[in-house]
Amino acid sequence: MTLLDFARGPALHWSLVVFVVGVLWRLFGIFLLKHKRDLNEARNGGVAPWLGGLKLVVMRSWPRKEFMPSTGYNEAMGYVFHIGLAIVVFGGAFHITFIKGLLGVSWPSLPNSVIYFTGVITVATLVAVLVRRLTHPVLRVLSNFDDYFSWFVTIAPLVTGLMAVAHLGARYETLLAVHILSFELLLLWFPFGKLMHAFFIVPSRAVTGYMFTRKGAST
Amino acid sequence: MSADTDSTVDLKLPGMGVKKPQVRYDQQGEMSDQERLAQAMRHFAKDFGYAASIHMDSCIHCGMCAEACHFYVTTGDPKYTPIWKIEPFKQAYKREAGPFALFYRLFNLKPAVNTDQLRHWQELIYDSCTQCGRCTMICPMGIDIAGLVGQARHAMFKAGLVPHELHAVAERAETEGSPLGAKPEVFKDRVEWMADENDIEIPMDAEKADILLTMSSIEIMKYPQSIAAMAKVMEHLGLSYTFSSEGYEATNFGLLSGNTDWQRDMSMKLINAAIKCGAKYLILPECGHAYSAMRWAGASMYGKPLPFKVRHISEFLGEQISNGRLKVKAQVNKTVTYHDPCQVARRGGAVEAPRTVLKALGAEMHEMKENRGLNWCCGGGGGVITIHRADPIRYKAFQIKMEQVENTGAELLVTSCSNCRQTFDDGQEHFKWDKTAQSMLELVADNLVES
Repeated sequence: MTLLDFARGPALHWSLVVFVVGVLWRLFGIFLLKHKRDLNEARNGGVAPWLGGLKLVVMRSWPRKEFMPSTGYNEAMGYVFHIGLAIVVFGGAFHITFIKGLLGVSWPSLPNSVIYFTGVITVATLVAVLVRRLTHPVLRVLSNFDDYFSWFVTIAPLVTGLMAVAHLGARYETLLAVHILSFELLLLWFPFGKLMHAFFIVPSRAVTGYMFTRKGAST
Repeated sequence: MSADTDSTVDLKLPGMGVKKPQVRYDQQGEMSDQERLAQAMRHFAKDFGYAASIHMDSCIHCGMCAEACHFYVTTGDPKYTPIWKIEPFKQAYKREAGPFALFYRLFNLKPAVNTDQLRHWQELIYDSCTQCGRCTMICPMGIDIAGLVGQARHAMFKAGLVPHELHAVAERAETEGSPLGAKPEVFKDRVEWMADENDIEIPMDAEKADILLTMSSIEIMKYPQSIAAMAKVMEHLGLSYTFSSEGYEATNFGLLSGNTDWQRDMSMKLINAAIKCGAKYLILPECGHAYSAMRWAGASMYGKPLPFKVRHISEFLGEQISNGRLKVKAQVNKTVTYHDPCQVARRGGAVEAPRTVLKALGAEMHEMKENRGLNWCCGGGGGVITIHRADPIRYKAFQIKMEQVENTGAELLVTSCSNCRQTFDDGQEHFKWDKTAQSMLELVADNLVES
């Protein structure tokens, strides 16, 4: 079995199993906890709490103007690398072929030049994000292994992917295998660290939006 | 608390509370460190529902919450980052209670919390968090950090790790019925005094009444005119009301210190008094945490929906003006800025009612740049004003407030929280500032249309 066979075969299979089981375990570990009923009289005449939950899910994606001067850079960097990742993962012809093989669904791809350019911008942004984490006093205090390792498993598939398309440093098959393995490392780590925010972001915002709207409080 | 702990209340200070202790006792009870830790962890996880868990699990360490916190913004010290204030509990949650606790323990991804860490964090959980909840407004994950600090306080109380002065006033509130010595006989005496001085009848312990009025200890001891103001408004409206010597103190230091049992005891006194007189409404005084404790947690303490409605006095006044029953003279004729008490406005939802009242009084509103849900806290909430060692950072945080007020150019500063008022009084004295925070309730009482 070659390294590429291993990456495409058992490594992919088991990393997907860990990803799916891990994500479900973490989500249900929380969702199955008791949901306390709020016995206090709700504020009358306001927005329905569930609508408030939905509103916060949407509205919190954009910072308030009052906070923009202090958080704008942070938010902008976050947007750039998240959108960049989405374009590369879901727009690249290689990835669409891979997803088709896995799930049987496909869609038109973006031109390779767009994908490569976006990949480079995303890598550069992630490097800037790391530099900020290493130098900003607040982020230095808050950061732990999870932050740095999650950063590593996010940037690794991007870097190895760019190396593979550029045929940089080794045979193409080897570079492709390393790229797939780096993606599998991301899948393996995903359920255990902060990457889970991709799943938590909606319920975490929604629960606050619901509780606060019920009181008529600010969201 | 140790028997020799000094818990003498100083009523002459602008910010009332326990006198500055010569020797601090920031640890209560005789327990080994291991026991303290076990108590803290057990009670932190207790009552840990879905909402708190998802918030514990969702932080992405973006650090944005720091920018919303007055203690961080004015000191630049990263330890005041709101989410960092609960770090030991996040650590404990992931290691001991989260869905992957086993995994975290196995690979030691989260080290075990120790008692020294909790001692060290006492300053962050109590001294430098007013639970104002401004951080909740900025968090991209929508985490209610102030709520989690409340949960952390439950654990710290059980571990006997509450700051000296805050524990002292909370214990006094539990044993004497008031944190500042406003015992029933003192309260009755002050109500009688206000009745005489203002030449009005103030009912006490009426058998039946539609409305039960309550007060905060700060008002009873420092701003007693509020007692008369409440009574004058009720007289003007021709409502059936009473004070009760069995349930009058709305301040809830059980909530602030983190003792849920005491919180329940304090809430139940008011609930039982309201039920006893058959009240349809329980009116809370100008006090922020009283509103959180009774309006948004009273039924949780009672265990079922309350058989009466609960309103903050500013909401009640706003409702009565809107429906035309409360008639006030529009003769303030000054520029006014309103300080939104965090627990009443941002976290309580009573935002527009005070503005309705002030406009009816003829005030020309000059809003602060950040107002309503984004208003900056005065720095004294959450029990912080009681803790003397917190004074230096509290004064720093207060400077934001002074600047906000000054920038409005308003002639009059008004609020609807007595704890904010005393924080303003204290800041005013400290900085030799020329602004005094006025009570909205007293402003209304002074401008009632004579019937």
